Amino acid sequence: MAPHTEQLTRSAAVQLRGLTRSFEDRTVLDGIDLDIPAGQFVALLGHSGSGKSTLLRAVAHLDHEVVGSGQLTAPERVSVVFQDSRLLPWRRVLDNVLLGLDGKEAEQKGREALAEVGLKGRERAWPNELSGGEAQRAALARSLVREPELLLADEPFGALDALTRIKMHTLLRELWKRHRPSVLLVTHDVDEAIVLADRVLVLDHGRIGLDLTIDRPHPRSYRDPLLGEYRERLLAALGVTEDHK
Amino acid sequence: MTTSASTSTTTTGTTTTTLPAVAVTADDGPRVRRRQRRRGLAPGKPWPASRLVGPLLLIALWAAASAAGQLDTGAIPAPWTVLRTGVNLWTDGTLTTDVLTSLERAAYGFAIGLTAGVTLALASGLTRSGEALIDGTVQLNRAIPTLGLIPLFILWLGIGETFKIAIIAIVVYIPIYLNTHAALSGIDHRFVELAEVQGLSKVQFIRQIVIPGALPGFFVGLRLGVTGSWLGLVVLEQINATSGLGYMMFQAQNYGQSDVILVGLLIYGVFGLLSDTAVRLIERRVLSWRRTLSS
Ligand SMILES: Nc1ncnc2c1ncn2[C@@H]1O[C@H](COP(=O)(O)OP(=O)(O)OP(=O)(O)O)[C@@H](O)[C@H]1O
Ligand SMILES: [Mg+2]
Repeated sequence: MAPHTEQLTRSAAVQLRGLTRSFEDRTVLDGIDLDIPAGQFVALLGHSGSGKSTLLRAVAHLDHEVVGSGQLTAPERVSVVFQDSRLLPWRRVLDNVLLGLDGKEAEQKGREALAEVGLKGRERAWPNELSGGEAQRAALARSLVREPELLLADEPFGALDALTRIKMHTLLRELWKRHRPSVLLVTHDVDEAIVLADRVLVLDHGRIGLDLTIDRPHPRSYRDPLLGEYRERLLAALGVTEDHK
Repeated sequence: MTTSASTSTTTTGTTTTTLPAVAVTADDGPRVRRRQRRRGLAPGKPWPASRLVGPLLLIALWAAASAAGQLDTGAIPAPWTVLRTGVNLWTDGTLTTDVLTSLERAAYGFAIGLTAGVTLALASGLTRSGEALIDGTVQLNRAIPTLGLIPLFILWLGIGETFKIAIIAIVVYIPIYLNTHAALSGIDHRFVELAEVQGLSKVQFIRQIVIPGALPGFFVGLRLGVTGSWLGLVVLEQINATSGLGYMMFQAQNYGQSDVILVGLLIYGVFGLLSDTAVRLIERRVLSWRRTLSS
């Protein structure tokens, strides 16, 4: 893992130049320029329908049918965590984690990844025997086992309850610290973005409306008063004024 | 529930009224304690051998009515008469031959129908050219009542075994094809995305996602197919019988032997029940990952 990390820090992981995507004459992404250095943890905020998922799907090469132009550079090993865990119900948890990999070595890595997300002992469980939080942790393990250079996550904790979500935040941050992939985390939760990310982007009218570096040490607390400033600025960029809160 | 709450305001009264409410909220989570499940919407744990309860009750009624002399023995003979006739026919050797002939037809027809249904469904569900060639044709075939093909098939294939097996195969392949094809082409788009993200090859995608995902649909078709094979057999053997169980019953009708007819019907029934149970058992093993109402 270590030599691999060094290699990563040298290059920019994601590079977007004039990225445009539209659906039936409606331009959703309107010439986005963005660089994400290797190993950076970035959160992407924006109103519902602002194009966050569209951007993420473009980076993941999941948008074959979408009209668009622009340049896109992304690393070779990209993992995606979806809002739903997307575990195949007919495969046991370990086999889900190993989807697309084979061999004894991979199996060992899969077991380690499951242990890392706290699912040791549940390798042979069926996905519908897992709780929502456990299933999402299994999905995290599945994305980690391929040692991604870039981890894309589209509201991965959106379906979880508040308590579980806080635990998942800690877990994700720990995993990031250990493996150091670049992360692009789409969320609608301003606090989630502030607590987790080193840099927060706000997508607005098809462009990056605000690019904010959050310069506070980890682990961060939701109650940190200094984070309040960042929150104000982000909410302002999202068009939420004081009296709306 | 409301009455107990209004009549008693003691602590015990409150506990009894809140219990069902707890059970309802607990049902939201995937992990539910067994004790509370009983009051949920699922019908609960299946009884052992529950499928036999209804038939056994029916036989008991039949026996009781016969013993009480309530039934016209010419139309519906007593169960023991039927049993004795069955044993007699069996020791004769005629029953064995008839049963074996019928089983052989059903088995051949079913095997051919199953193979054809699965092969065509795979070809049409997994390739666009296959779909263009096969799907419309099968839909056309489905629109024609298969038993209506009997006269034509007799002309083409003669009145021997071949035409019977062909008809059964057609009755079997259609539901298997339709359900398997629908399941193959109805694959959840989210899983397609997942396969792309995980870098699965086309072959891996089909083997690890499409086919396992289509198995529940296949089993629906399989059970319809099994039922269909017996239905086809009964009709064929009653209309165009030269041997087999249906032939035996046809002859019995001419001689007014209602007990022989009942023996035939019972054997058909037992075959139907056994084959359906066998399919259910296989389905339960293969789809053990499913937690449905019946499990
Ligand atoms: N396949 C599609 N066909 C047509 N329009 C689409 C399609 N996918 C997305 N859109 C449109 O593009 C816009 C951006 O959608 P996108 O899913 O990227 O929003 P989002 O920021 O992720 O929103 P949310 O926070 O609600 O998930 C929306 O107006 C949506 O209606
Ligand atoms: Mg979205």
